[in-house]
Amino acid sequence: MSTYLGTSRTRGSELGRSAAGLARRLDWTLVVSVVVLCAVGSLLVWSATLPGDGGDPLDSTGHLRRQLLHLAAAWVLCLVVASIDHRTIRACAPIVSLGTVVALVLVLTPLGAVINGSRGWIVIGGFQFQPSELAKVGLILLLATLLGEPRDGEARPMTRDVLFCLLVLAAPLALVMAQPDLGTTLVLGVIFLAMLTLSGAPVVWVTGMLACGAAAAFCVWWFELLEPYQVDRLATLMDPAADPMGAGYNSNQALIAVGSGGFNGTGLFQGEQTHGRFVPEQHTDFIFTVAGEELGFAGAMLVVGLFALILWRILRIAHGCEQPYPRLLCVGVAAWFGFQTFINIGMCLGIMPVTGLPLPFVSYGGTAILANMVALGLVLGVSSRHHRSFA
Amino acid sequence: MFKAPVEEFEPPGRRLGMIGLVLAQILVLALFALLAVRLWYLQIPMSDHYRDLAVANHHQQLLIPATRGQVLDSSGRSLVNNRAELVVSADYHELLSMEDGGEKVLGDLSEVLDVPLEELQQRMRLCGPEVSRPCWPGSPYQPVTLAEDVEPAVALKIMESAEDFPGISAQVHAVREYPQGEHGSQMLGYLQPVTQEELDAREDLRTQFTGIDQVGRDGVEAVYDAQLRGTAGKRVLGVNNHGEVMDVISETLPEPGKHLVTHIDLGVQKIAEEALAEGMANARPRYKADSGAAVVLDVRTGGVVAMASLPTYDPAIWRGGIDQKTFDEMLSEDAGEPLLSRAVQGTYPPGSTFKVSSLAAAAENGYSLRSTYACPGSVSLAGQSYENYEGQGQGSLDLHRAIVISCNTVFYNFGYQMWKEDGGLHPEEEPKEAMANMARGFGFGSPTGIDLPYETGGRIPDRDWKRTFWQETRENNCYRGEHGYPEVAESDPSRANYLKLLAYEQCVEGFEWRANEAINFAIGQGDVLVSPLQLANAYAAIANGGTLYEPRIGKALVSADGSEVEEIEPVVRGRLPVSDETLDYIQKALTDVPKEGTARGAFANFPQDKVSIAGKTGSADVEGRQVSAWFASYAPADDPQFAVVVLVSQGGTGGMTSAPIARAIYDGIYGFDSSEDSEEGEEDEKGSSSSKPLLPGGKPAEELPSIRPDGSIDVLDR
Repeated sequence: MSTYLGTSRTRGSELGRSAAGLARRLDWTLVVSVVVLCAVGSLLVWSATLPGDGGDPLDSTGHLRRQLLHLAAAWVLCLVVASIDHRTIRACAPIVSLGTVVALVLVLTPLGAVINGSRGWIVIGGFQFQPSELAKVGLILLLATLLGEPRDGEARPMTRDVLFCLLVLAAPLALVMAQPDLGTTLVLGVIFLAMLTLSGAPVVWVTGMLACGAAAAFCVWWFELLEPYQVDRLATLMDPAADPMGAGYNSNQALIAVGSGGFNGTGLFQGEQTHGRFVPEQHTDFIFTVAGEELGFAGAMLVVGLFALILWRILRIAHGCEQPYPRLLCVGVAAWFGFQTFINIGMCLGIMPVTGLPLPFVSYGGTAILANMVALGLVLGVSSRHHRSFA
Repeated sequence: MFKAPVEEFEPPGRRLGMIGLVLAQILVLALFALLAVRLWYLQIPMSDHYRDLAVANHHQQLLIPATRGQVLDSSGRSLVNNRAELVVSADYHELLSMEDGGEKVLGDLSEVLDVPLEELQQRMRLCGPEVSRPCWPGSPYQPVTLAEDVEPAVALKIMESAEDFPGISAQVHAVREYPQGEHGSQMLGYLQPVTQEELDAREDLRTQFTGIDQVGRDGVEAVYDAQLRGTAGKRVLGVNNHGEVMDVISETLPEPGKHLVTHIDLGVQKIAEEALAEGMANARPRYKADSGAAVVLDVRTGGVVAMASLPTYDPAIWRGGIDQKTFDEMLSEDAGEPLLSRAVQGTYPPGSTFKVSSLAAAAENGYSLRSTYACPGSVSLAGQSYENYEGQGQGSLDLHRAIVISCNTVFYNFGYQMWKEDGGLHPEEEPKEAMANMARGFGFGSPTGIDLPYETGGRIPDRDWKRTFWQETRENNCYRGEHGYPEVAESDPSRANYLKLLAYEQCVEGFEWRANEAINFAIGQGDVLVSPLQLANAYAAIANGGTLYEPRIGKALVSADGSEVEEIEPVVRGRLPVSDETLDYIQKALTDVPKEGTARGAFANFPQDKVSIAGKTGSADVEGRQVSAWFASYAPADDPQFAVVVLVSQGGTGGMTSAPIARAIYDGIYGFDSSEDSEEGEEDEKGSSSSKPLLPGGKPAEELPSIRPDGSIDVLDR
């Protein structure tokens, strides 16, 4: 496998890789999809953060400008990551992962800040970020390294590797649970399970882990380990109308927003649910309801379709990888985006419980956008070097 | 989640990855298809449902009450109108969104208004199942009233320093006012908060109910409530999740209620009440004269020119909600039940005023108007003796004279004869019930259909009524007939025995229509009951040639800007079932009563040559009560325009107590001065005295008062 990597094609571009060269090798379908998604997302964030008095949208662009700033920075980072050789990145993986774990620990120190009942933020000066988002990237990198590069000439990860992976998973998982952030915990778990499943690890471990996941979910439910508000959210999922002013309020208002959009939607900036601020956290977790209300079925399906396209591209890129490391990288990113998208949109549509997970590329939030783009950069980097179509 | 089962391949790696990745793609496709289907379901088939929910969510409908129409007299003077009152109110959501919940503002306000802070805070609460008054019964989108009837200086202070009182405003509210005080209170009615029953029953109330509405509860305020009310305006407000108003989405202005122009003439109404009060005072202390009524009808339309009922009250007590104690007092017998309209709801035996009906019954059933009849001091009929009033015999006389001097014995005979013709106690065929049917033909025994609520129908007893009554009371009577009245026996054994015997008789033969009942019926005694309004309506029919109208207080409904006028047409209820000859005969007889008969004294010196009065006195006996005084009349006798009926309950004889009251009313209408005994025959073109007639030309106003587009009302200059 390593011989394949050592072709002259990559050797020459090691130092003076031109921007044009990178552009030529990028997966443009993926890039354009994400660009469109980011653009739509920015408009939705803008709409969701307008004051409700029906004034000129141009007068209140605070959130929009910050989101565009996040996106600009994140795109730059994305392209930088895409252009860095995977071996460099792989070498950095342990340090990056360690860094994210340290950040997660810092969250629990006085540096951390509680926002929306969860201690998930670090605030330094006027700058705040969410280490748990970065932890997802860190985990993907580390797991890809551990599972994708078996030692001692083994063709696939063995029990020892799996055990080591579990150890690596345990630290961020425990720290995220301590915040507590159920959504991110689930994302980390799903990333792990997906990567493990597709790594070729012993089938005993794969099935065992899947069983453990199921058992953990069962225990949580059986021993009532969930916080009361989380139980309420699950109960609400079963019957959103049960307590419309209480636990079901978010879910109910989200359904009203999406449902009232109809096929064509009310038009951008015209949604009454949105501008009456009926849906809480609408520019972050419930951003999809803005699409549902203002852009209607057509616009909302565009968003869903773009996500499907992005995931399909990422999985196609994974498919094209000869080596396990880049392939697992893509699988991890796909699992992350796929799971988080499905949970988030499902939550807006009333088929998933309310968990505080942002919609990738769309929701307002600097750290999340940054983390998403870094992950996209990893995939783009993989595609530009390892995809068969470029061979 | 990527739970795709993974086959174990040797060697794994790429191949394994391929299979797993294909499965992963299928899984992604499936999950996203699920999202798409769910999205389609919410936005296509269910979108109308969610759209409705969304509208309910962020549209708040605010009803703007319409200004209630006034009640005017026939020439445009206000009987009920609206007064501007300054109220201080608060914006519920604005106060609520303050950091301290508006406590500071309310605190400052309590000092300015001199009202305890606690009370203001209580008034800010929204009424609910567990929040009782003081609280706000309306919508939180309406200004919450914190203080009513505020001094202008205080209101000005609040308006001037608006920045010190955010969310507080002073506004002008329309409040119902009764500029005529006690005059015509029962007829005008009053407003009270809407009850749940009224909401359930009336859709027009329900659809525009704001929570603080009042509804007409009695009088014309109740009957014409829908027209006086107008149509509430509607303002649809866009609100956000905190309930804060963001914009006005649509607005329809309220349509003010229509003004009700009545047939009432304020001057006549006042004089009727004053004369009634004075007449009642004169009857005392010899008689109790506990209550009274006077009705003036326009005999040509059935319009009610005046309707007095005493005792009366000042409707101002209803303003701002009446407390239970005052309300109980208003209903108590000690206070004379001033809410009760004696004219419409009171029933009394009509006494001799009823003889017009009995005479008509006799004349239409074979008793000649040209014959003469004996008027002895007493007659013995069916084993009982019946006496004339004060036992005087008048020899032989015609029916004209029998009316003029009010001879009872003639009518006793009629009653007895007709009872016998019907078969007496045991009629074999269907009895004719000539007396009772004639009485019904005059409109007695059923409501007149006046535009007032709770009208009584009175009672015309006959054989059928007797049987029904017997069936209803038999159980009790039979029980009493057997077991007696032990509770009465303790104090008065002989009375108890009498009552027991009476109950026994009632039990056994109470269904029988007995001779004495038929005999008493003929002179309007016994079980006959009529209301003053019924009697006035019957005399109006006699006066106008036999047309029985439904009396009307309302004359027209005029829109607030005067552009639309809806006249309330007279409604004919029927014709008197008498021939023209009989009617003419009755009219002539009545015309002589105030000239040479029982009302002669009361109308002494009245210029009968100018306005000839026709009428009949009545003095009705009820066991255990003093005699009640009636005078039923109309004028001018040769070209009738008005019917006037006066009743004083327990007030003595009709000629002595009620006829002078009627005369005072006529004096007022025609501008005669009754206090000065002016010489009859004094040739004065303007009338016998100098006072201004209340109804010039002796006619009620024909045209309606005009209402200008700006809403001001031109009072007719009469």
